[in-house]
Amino acid sequence: MRIELQKRPVPSRLFAVLSPFIALGLTLVAGAILFIALGKNPFDALYSFFIEPLTEVWSIHELTVKAAPLILIAVGLSVCYRSNNWNIGAEGQFIMGGILGSLVPILLPGFQTWLTLPLMLVLGMIGGAAWGAIPAYLKTRFNTNEILTSLMLVYIAQLYLDWLARGVLRDPNGNNFPGSIRFPDAAQLPEIMPSQGSAHYGIVLALLAAVIIWFMLRYTLNGFEIKVLGANPRAGRFAGFSQNRMVYFSFLLSGALAGLAGITEVSGAIGQLRETISPGYGFTAIIVAFLGRLNPLGAIAAGFMLALTYLGGEAAQMTLGVSDKVGRVFQGLLLFFVLGCDTLINYRVRLVWRKATATAGGQA
Amino acid sequence: MPNQHSETPLLETRGLTKVFGSLRACDGIDLAIAPGEVHALLGENGAGKSTLVKMLFGVLDPSGGEILWKGNPVGIGSPAEARRTGIGMVFQHFSLFEALTVAENIALALDGNVPIDRISEEARRLSVEYGLPLDPSAHVADLSVGERQRIEIVRALLQNPELIILDEPTSVLTPQEADKLFETLAKLKAEGRSVLYISHRLEEVQRICDRATVLRHGKVTGACNPREETPSSLARMMVGSEVASVSYAGAQEPGDVLVEVRSLSAPARTPFAVALRDIDLTVRAGEVIAIAGVAGNGQSELFDVLSGEVTVSDAESVRFAGMDAGRKGITERRLMGCSFVPEERHGHAAVPNMNLSGNLVLSRYASDRKTFLTGGWLSLINQGPVSAATRRISAQMDVRKSLEDPPAGSLSGGNLQKFIVGRELDRQPRVLVVNQPTWGVDAGAASRIRQALVDLAKSGSAVIVISQDLDEVFEIASRISVINEGRLSMPEPAASMTRERIGLLMGGFHDGSGHAQAEAVDAH
Repeated sequence: MRIELQKRPVPSRLFAVLSPFIALGLTLVAGAILFIALGKNPFDALYSFFIEPLTEVWSIHELTVKAAPLILIAVGLSVCYRSNNWNIGAEGQFIMGGILGSLVPILLPGFQTWLTLPLMLVLGMIGGAAWGAIPAYLKTRFNTNEILTSLMLVYIAQLYLDWLARGVLRDPNGNNFPGSIRFPDAAQLPEIMPSQGSAHYGIVLALLAAVIIWFMLRYTLNGFEIKVLGANPRAGRFAGFSQNRMVYFSFLLSGALAGLAGITEVSGAIGQLRETISPGYGFTAIIVAFLGRLNPLGAIAAGFMLALTYLGGEAAQMTLGVSDKVGRVFQGLLLFFVLGCDTLINYRVRLVWRKATATAGGQA
Repeated sequence: MPNQHSETPLLETRGLTKVFGSLRACDGIDLAIAPGEVHALLGENGAGKSTLVKMLFGVLDPSGGEILWKGNPVGIGSPAEARRTGIGMVFQHFSLFEALTVAENIALALDGNVPIDRISEEARRLSVEYGLPLDPSAHVADLSVGERQRIEIVRALLQNPELIILDEPTSVLTPQEADKLFETLAKLKAEGRSVLYISHRLEEVQRICDRATVLRHGKVTGACNPREETPSSLARMMVGSEVASVSYAGAQEPGDVLVEVRSLSAPARTPFAVALRDIDLTVRAGEVIAIAGVAGNGQSELFDVLSGEVTVSDAESVRFAGMDAGRKGITERRLMGCSFVPEERHGHAAVPNMNLSGNLVLSRYASDRKTFLTGGWLSLINQGPVSAATRRISAQMDVRKSLEDPPAGSLSGGNLQKFIVGRELDRQPRVLVVNQPTWGVDAGAASRIRQALVDLAKSGSAVIVISQDLDEVFEIASRISVINEGRLSMPEPAASMTRERIGLLMGGFHDGSGHAQAEAVDAH
């Protein structure tokens, strides 16, 4: 017996819209089963995982802090994936953006003007874009697979950051703890409402980026080019669009946004350069991009959803006594179901019982 | 071999119907094929011929009606079942792996594990027996289209079928290769096998078929002995009414040189592509130059080099309206006033899942920048004028669609092609290069497209039409050239060109002495 996927002649539009919600529902069901297997009451567990974090003001602030980098990265990745370029290395671009932006307050602690922060953000974007340019160069010059190269560069970036934070950039007065000096105030992304919670202006940047990129995709010739090259490279060439230019454009854009996310995380949420600065935002953002149907506005909603799994993981650790890795499990489940639903919208499953027989000229 | 009473048909269909959504592709088809006859299935593109044979070969499930094999109702659920029943099929588009040998390709299509040596032996025996010369150890990539078709035929014969279905077998063959095929068919018939021969070429059908069933819009419109009919009576059954013929107002004074190709060569970009060798071509305003040739002789490579999708290092080897264009990309060539229509509609000339207005922007955003784009450096797509132009083109070319602005992929082949040709004509290009303008397009749409190409030339543009369809070539061209293995023959006036001469040129009978020969013919 074998299982075949048969392309549906006309995929259902209704289910294309419903797909993320169905995936969400299936994730909850699978999660409930998981909690039962752990010996917990599934309703209590899901409540503390998904609802409780939304009941208090400070934790809603926390939600935006987690959502901001996810949205920023996912918006860039949406453009990448729409144009058929598979950047899996946003985590590395996030880290390199964080490092380059942090050099300003670490190396020039005395430079504290209104220019400090904008300069850091710009450097962060340059750092991320530069790291993203490497797989783009390798793809256009040597025809390498960008999925592999961008992913491998993540580990280089992680180890490089680890080396910097423990070595040359370590705070000399930090009692040998890894990590740089604390950033001066002028180098910290301010909080929006300091009296109520920790939400910083990163979320504003994220929403702004989402709207701008959405507008670009929807209304401009550049957005048209992205969609054409992603759908049909040959038709794109006929239109006179350059495939190589698009590889660079999408990697530089998504790298810059990931780098921006990195520096806002360091200067907004953390306040210093540490040996790790990301709980896997760059990878989780891949789920965000797909859950948001590769639409920048969809990425906003999906970003908050995935941010909740981070908070829920922490909450579950405290109230249920389960590992915070449960949050990662939920992210994995969600991606699995999103991709599964999308596949089943476009294909139907057929079981073939007989032994495969070759069909001469089966096409025509 | 079947030894049935001749009154029981080998294969019969009664009320066979196939419905796709609201379209009745086959509507109550009655067909009877007697043992040992060559039966023609005639009809235009889209008449339902392919749907019918796909049901007979088990590729599609019928929506209604029944199939009888030697008088007994049968269900044919898959091609494998069809082969077990005794039906073999040679498809129009071959399914061969170019990197494998002939014998390996045959082995892939067989059920069960047969040693490759035995297949080679068997294939060699069959190919000798039926006059289908074939080397089982040759790689498919090195073979001509005619030889590839022989592989498909041998592959079908290995199953010892009683009925062989051939789908448009001569559409890719030179006249000489077609003659060879007809000899093979005569042999099959002499052995008592039946042949279902699908074609829209009337002379062929009259020449080799005993009976004919004619389809139009999914229904049988006639069953006859083709030898007792005239080509025009057959055509009427096929088309329903007389097809409007293209009016070409004689030879005009050609104007300025608009296209100048000089000693253009381009290496093959993939192992299976064709290298272009030393191509010379001059086209003046008011001319339609047709480039005939059998598929796979460098047509798409020539198109790519003319359109600028592939550039060449010698800038002067391609010139448009006196400007060097060899190194220019497709956008710059469009800005010189050129327009291009590639062969493949889906995924080359158009993005199927994008709507028509998007597909209009696809090829015109640069040439019509002032109208279609707005917002300065932002380059916003100005939907108002784009939609208006889409409506204008659809009305001009009679594009039939169910929505105002449907996805390109939802249109039928003919309607999408009318839109794609209309998209380029709408900007009144000075030079138009078209590859296979009416491939897979129904007769009504085809004649409209051909008329539009001729009208464009009359208005003072230069038109290059690359086409495999000789009827089309003779209908619209003022001069005709033939491409063979990447070489282009010297264009000759259509009036003095004959089908036989084109057949010879297609077969490569102009190597080296091509120009001299051409001049010799001109002198007559």
